[in-house]
Amino acid sequence: MAELNETARSHDMGLHTEQLTGRTQQRFFDISEEENHLYPEAYDVDFNKRVVIDAIDMDARDVNRKIRDLMAEGYGSIVIRNPQARHSLAVGILQRLNLTFEGSLGYFGVGLIDGPNVRVTGRVGWSCAENMMAGTVIVEKNAGSTFGAAMRGGDLVCMGDVGSRTGIDQKGGTIIVGGRTGAFSAFMMQRGRMIVLGDAGKNLGDSMYDGTIFVGGTIESLGVDAVPGDMTDLDCAWLERKLGMYGLKAPNGVANMTKIVAGKQLWNYDNLEPSEKKIVL
Amino acid sequence: MCGIAGIIHRNRSSDIGSEMTSMLQSLKHRGPDSTGFAIYGMPREDEFVLRFKVAEQEDAAKGYNIHQEIRDRRAEVDRRLAELGVEVVETVDATEYAYRYRIKHGGDMRKVADYVDDVTSTEILSLGSRLELIKDLGDASTVSDQYALRGFNGTHAIGHTRMATESDVDIRSAHPYWAYPYNDIAVVHNGQLTNYWIMRRELERKDFRFMSSCDSELISVYLADKLQEGVDLEEAMVQSVDEFDGVFTYLVATSDKLGMAKDDMAAKPMVLYESDDLVAMASEEVAIRQVLPHEIDTHDPYDREVRVWQS
Repeated sequence: MAELNETARSHDMGLHTEQLTGRTQQRFFDISEEENHLYPEAYDVDFNKRVVIDAIDMDARDVNRKIRDLMAEGYGSIVIRNPQARHSLAVGILQRLNLTFEGSLGYFGVGLIDGPNVRVTGRVGWSCAENMMAGTVIVEKNAGSTFGAAMRGGDLVCMGDVGSRTGIDQKGGTIIVGGRTGAFSAFMMQRGRMIVLGDAGKNLGDSMYDGTIFVGGTIESLGVDAVPGDMTDLDCAWLERKLGMYGLKAPNGVANMTKIVAGKQLWNYDNLEPSEKKIVL
Repeated sequence: MCGIAGIIHRNRSSDIGSEMTSMLQSLKHRGPDSTGFAIYGMPREDEFVLRFKVAEQEDAAKGYNIHQEIRDRRAEVDRRLAELGVEVVETVDATEYAYRYRIKHGGDMRKVADYVDDVTSTEILSLGSRLELIKDLGDASTVSDQYALRGFNGTHAIGHTRMATESDVDIRSAHPYWAYPYNDIAVVHNGQLTNYWIMRRELERKDFRFMSSCDSELISVYLADKLQEGVDLEEAMVQSVDEFDGVFTYLVATSDKLGMAKDDMAAKPMVLYESDDLVAMASEEVAIRQVLPHEIDTHDPYDREVRVWQS
């Protein structure tokens, strides 16, 4: 045991020189990085190779398998007609792809995606783009509840109205709603941004830990620990640019939007434990 | 997790039986235990349709001496109808245990309902000049075929596919529920009512009947109570959103109206399509697609939303 010098060993292993920066140990892609942009099983697709399929007689499994097969053949632009509001379409696509749905999706549409650019010309049901990691999803009509649930990255845009609990447990990325949103939007939001150009329902931002909400219309009520924040020039510039990307405009200008942030009162207990009280008193 | 659907045609009629069957069949994955239809046919002159059952499907399969008992119960119903001077125009045996009677009666319908409902194991599913309420175990196609619903001409309908969570899988716990004894009113519900017992005891003290221990029955009884107090249906629905605890989306149909109400938190799904000649709604858009395959604009109603449409 004598030769085992704890201090020297940890130094040898480099534990004292490791750089720990920021508040997270999550590693994000660096723009200058040349490798690791793709998942190992990703297909090499060509955006100029376009195909149109009609899903009228296909079930969800057939559609999802067909998308995989087409990507394997190198198609980078896929148009799907007549999705007929079926559930779980185009889930788990982990690579670049231009995907268009000419019609409406049911529940869990384009969930668990990382990278594709999706456009839906119809409406989407509950939990559209849940757990989305990257890419863009644009819905041209209305959306159901829990839009972008547990989303981590990318841009999720609905041009119309969305249901309740929009962006529940949102952990990153941007959700943009062109119309109004229902009750309990941004419930337990943890990071990321949400932009609502219309009105927001009751309990907006209830129990949010962090993140930012911008609302263009009126807010029925704020949830627990959601408080108004100050709009900065940086916020305005960012909003202008972000909305411009999708051809949207704040009804009264971005400078007049309401910003909601976390009050951070729920981060710690504000009451002392009984044992702690004894020490203080 | 149940599936509900509703459809109402304005100023015209349609094959509502087939439409509701295909809508409910597409919602089968939300609950395959039982399926129920409340369909509204064309109005009849001084004639009523009485739908009733004298046994559960399970009893009919296993009960001791059940076939004889079923015949006896039905004979007793016939006897009581005759005693009250009700003229039976036509009888149809949909199944061994469930029947459809076309009746004529100038007197008190409440009395008829009470007297028939009193027969052992007999439950009036519906009574009215337009409403026909059909419910049984199995998916939508099974029930629709069993009761020959395809081709049923009418103006509006509501339906339900059930996943039993809090009460038994049998006909008495299946939706829709008739708002006994109010003619032509039926309710379907998706959700859970958490103050069920408090409200049920309150209504039982007012002498309302409960045939099952299914929380959804409470809605129909509650509405019947409000109507008895003279409250208008839409107002009763608005009040129900405050008075019911829990999560719910429910649909109500009357002889010429169809309404929906959603809870405080919008926790249960509903997709709505409205046009000048048709309004369709369902738990999922797939059901609406069954009757409107082309591209349409639909939306989700918000929390506490109460809507009523006229046929």
